[in-house]
Amino acid sequence: MNIHEYQAKELFRSYGVSVPSGIVVDSAEEVRTLIESKTGIFGGTAQVFAVKAQIHAGGRGKAGGVKIAKNTSDIPGLVAALLGKTLVTHQTGPEGRLVRKVWIEEGAAISREFYLSLVLDRSSRRISILASTEGGMEIEEVSASHPEKILTLSVDPEIGCKGFVGRRVAAFLGLPVNLYNSFSVLLANLYRFFTETDCMMVEINPLILTGEGRLLALDAKVSFDDNALYRQDKVLALRDLFEENELEIEASKHRLNYVKLDGSIACMVNGAGLAMATMDVIALAGGTPANFLDVGGGASKETVEQAFRILLGDPAVKGIFVNIFGGIVRCERIAGGIIAAAKDVKLHVPLVVRLQGTNAKEGREMLRDSGLNLQVAEELFEGAEKIVLAVKGAK
Amino acid sequence: MSILVDRSTRVIVQGITGKEGSYHAMACREYGTLVLGGVTPGKGGTVHEGFPVWDSVRDAVEAVHPDVSLIFVPPAFAADAILEAADAGIELIVCITEGIPVQDMMRVRRILDIRNEEGETIRLIGPNCPGIITPDGAKIGIMPGYIHKRGRVGVVSRSGTLTYEAVWQLTQLGLGESTCVGIGGDPIRGLNFREVLALFEKDPETEAVVMIGEIGGEDEEKAAAFARAHMTKPIIGFIAGLTAPPGRRMGHAGAIVSGGKGSARDKMKALESYGVIVVDNPSVIGQTVAETLKSGSYRRVPACHG
Repeated sequence: MNIHEYQAKELFRSYGVSVPSGIVVDSAEEVRTLIESKTGIFGGTAQVFAVKAQIHAGGRGKAGGVKIAKNTSDIPGLVAALLGKTLVTHQTGPEGRLVRKVWIEEGAAISREFYLSLVLDRSSRRISILASTEGGMEIEEVSASHPEKILTLSVDPEIGCKGFVGRRVAAFLGLPVNLYNSFSVLLANLYRFFTETDCMMVEINPLILTGEGRLLALDAKVSFDDNALYRQDKVLALRDLFEENELEIEASKHRLNYVKLDGSIACMVNGAGLAMATMDVIALAGGTPANFLDVGGGASKETVEQAFRILLGDPAVKGIFVNIFGGIVRCERIAGGIIAAAKDVKLHVPLVVRLQGTNAKEGREMLRDSGLNLQVAEELFEGAEKIVLAVKGAK
Repeated sequence: MSILVDRSTRVIVQGITGKEGSYHAMACREYGTLVLGGVTPGKGGTVHEGFPVWDSVRDAVEAVHPDVSLIFVPPAFAADAILEAADAGIELIVCITEGIPVQDMMRVRRILDIRNEEGETIRLIGPNCPGIITPDGAKIGIMPGYIHKRGRVGVVSRSGTLTYEAVWQLTQLGLGESTCVGIGGDPIRGLNFREVLALFEKDPETEAVVMIGEIGGEDEEKAAAFARAHMTKPIIGFIAGLTAPPGRRMGHAGAIVSGGKGSARDKMKALESYGVIVVDNPSVIGQTVAETLKSGSYRRVPACHG
C-alpha cells in the first residue's frame, strides 16, 4: 500500500524525522482563506513556498506537478491550476492521475542535497540503507552512471540501526562531524518508523542540509507491506481509494486477486503462478492479456460469477480465457460453477475454458453439453490459441 | 531415494484443529504420510479426527519424535509457530501459511540462520507454498497427491498450481517425479532454489530437474550460476511473468519487478547463459524434459569443481 507525500511527512514528524511545515488543501478557496487569516505557515516569516500535487507516483516535478511560489499571493492560482489536472509522469502510465489534493510547504534554504532510503531487501533478507551524495536525482540513474556515489549497507535485525551505522552513513555523505549525531538520530528514527509500521520502502529524495545546519526531508515516499496491514490500523486509515483502480477495489472486496492490464483478452485462473503463466501464454499465442486474476483454489459458482463481472467491467475486454487446474477441487465441480455463473452473467464476448487435472474429462464433457456458447480446451497453449482466434474472428 | 522426505518421515501438524490444518492433515494421512498428530495451544490431550493433539511442539516432540512439522497457523501467529518448531528441535519445517508480514519472516530467517551457524541443521520450506511431496512416499502439504507418480524428475518451484501443471505433464508422459518442493511465493523464505538443486544433484533417483521461477528477486539467477558450477544433471527452467508490468505485485508477495530488477526476460537470459534449458511455453515443460532425457547427451560438465 502506498500513501501520499503529505501523509508520509506527518508520519515522519511523529517519528522525529524533521520535515518542512506545511498544509494540505483541496481547493483554491480554502488556501485563500488560510492566507488571508495568516493561519499556520502563512503566519510566519516564510517568503517562499513549494506547491506540490499529491498523487501516488514519482516524477511529479518533471511532469509539472511541483511549483514554487515566491509570495503568498501566487499560491491560490498555482493551487487552482494543479487541482483537477491529470498528471502524467513516467510512473502513472499514459492515463495519468487526477490531482485531488495539494500540499503547500515552507521553502527551505538548501545548502546540500542527499538521497536516503530504507528498503526491505529480499536478497540480503534485511533492511538495507541506500545513501547517496546525489540528492534530487533518480537513484536508478545514479546507480547506472556513478555507482561509487551510492552506499548500500544492510542492518542486522538482531542489532538494529545503532549509532555506528548512522556515523558510517554520515561519513560517506561527507557531513561535518558535528552533525554525525543528529544524522544518526534521524536514521535511527527512520528505521524505527520502518519496523514499527511494517514498511517495504521509505525514500527521502532529497534529504537536505539547510543553511542553518538542519537536516530536513524535503520529499517523502513510503510503501507498506500489504501482508501486515491487519496490524497497522493507523496506516490502513491513510489508504486513498481514489488512487486505486475501481475494478481492483471491487475485486479485493470479494477476495479476488486482480490486477488490470492494458490488453484485450481477460483471463481467470486458480493460483498466482499459473495466472502469470496464462498471461504469458496469451501473449505467446499472439494476444494481449487484459488482467491478472487469481481466483484461489476453490473456483466456486459465486467466485466465478464475481470474477466474470469484474472482467466484463473492463470495456477493453474482447474475450475471456478461463484456465483452471483442478487439484483438490475436482474439475466437474469447477465446470458446474462455470456453467452456473456463465448462465447468470450474460456473456457477450467469446469464452474459452481450459480444464485440466482431477476428473478433467468429465468436466470438459459437462461444459460441451451445457449448451453455452463456449469452447473447451485441454492444453494451456491450445486454449490460448483458441481465445486469440475467437477474438480476432469476432472483430 | 528421494530428497528430504520419504515413507518413513514422521510428521506433526501445527494448527491441526483449524479448518485447513484439519482437512490437509487427513488428506496427507490418506496419502500414506505418517501423520502422528498435531499441535494447538490449549487443546492438548484431546483427539481430533483420530489425531492426538498437544499443547506445544515440545510436548509433541517428547511424545512421538517427529522429523517434520507442517504449519497451517494463521499469518499473525505463523512466525511464532516456525520459531517454536525450530526451538523444539524439529529439523524440517514446512510452512503453508500465506500472508505472513515480510518483516516477521526477516526476523525468523535471521534466527534460523544464527542457529544453523551455531551447528544445528534446521530447514524451512515456505512460507506461502504448497509443501513437499515424494510420490508414493510422503505428501507433506496441500498438493493433490494423485497427479503425482514416482519417477525420475525433481521439481522445485515458487508456485503452486503452476507446479501441478508441470507435474501433471511429467506424470502423463510416464516420467514421474522423485520429489517436488514448493519453496513458496514470498520474498523472504527458507530453502531456496540453490539448496534444493544441490539436494537433487546428490539424489541418485533424480535424473533431471524442473525449475519453475517467476518475476522478482534474483534467486533463479543465483541458483543457475550455482548449477553451472556444480551440477551434472540437466535443468529445464520456466519463468512466469513475462507480461507482468513493472512495479505491480502479481498475487504472490514476492512476484514484483522492482527498480528494473527481477524481470522474466532478464531471468530467462541469465538462466540460458548458465546452461539451463529455458522454455517459454509452460505447456511443453514435460515434453522438453522427455526430449532432453531421451537425447542421452544431456549430462553436463560442471564449469568447475569445489
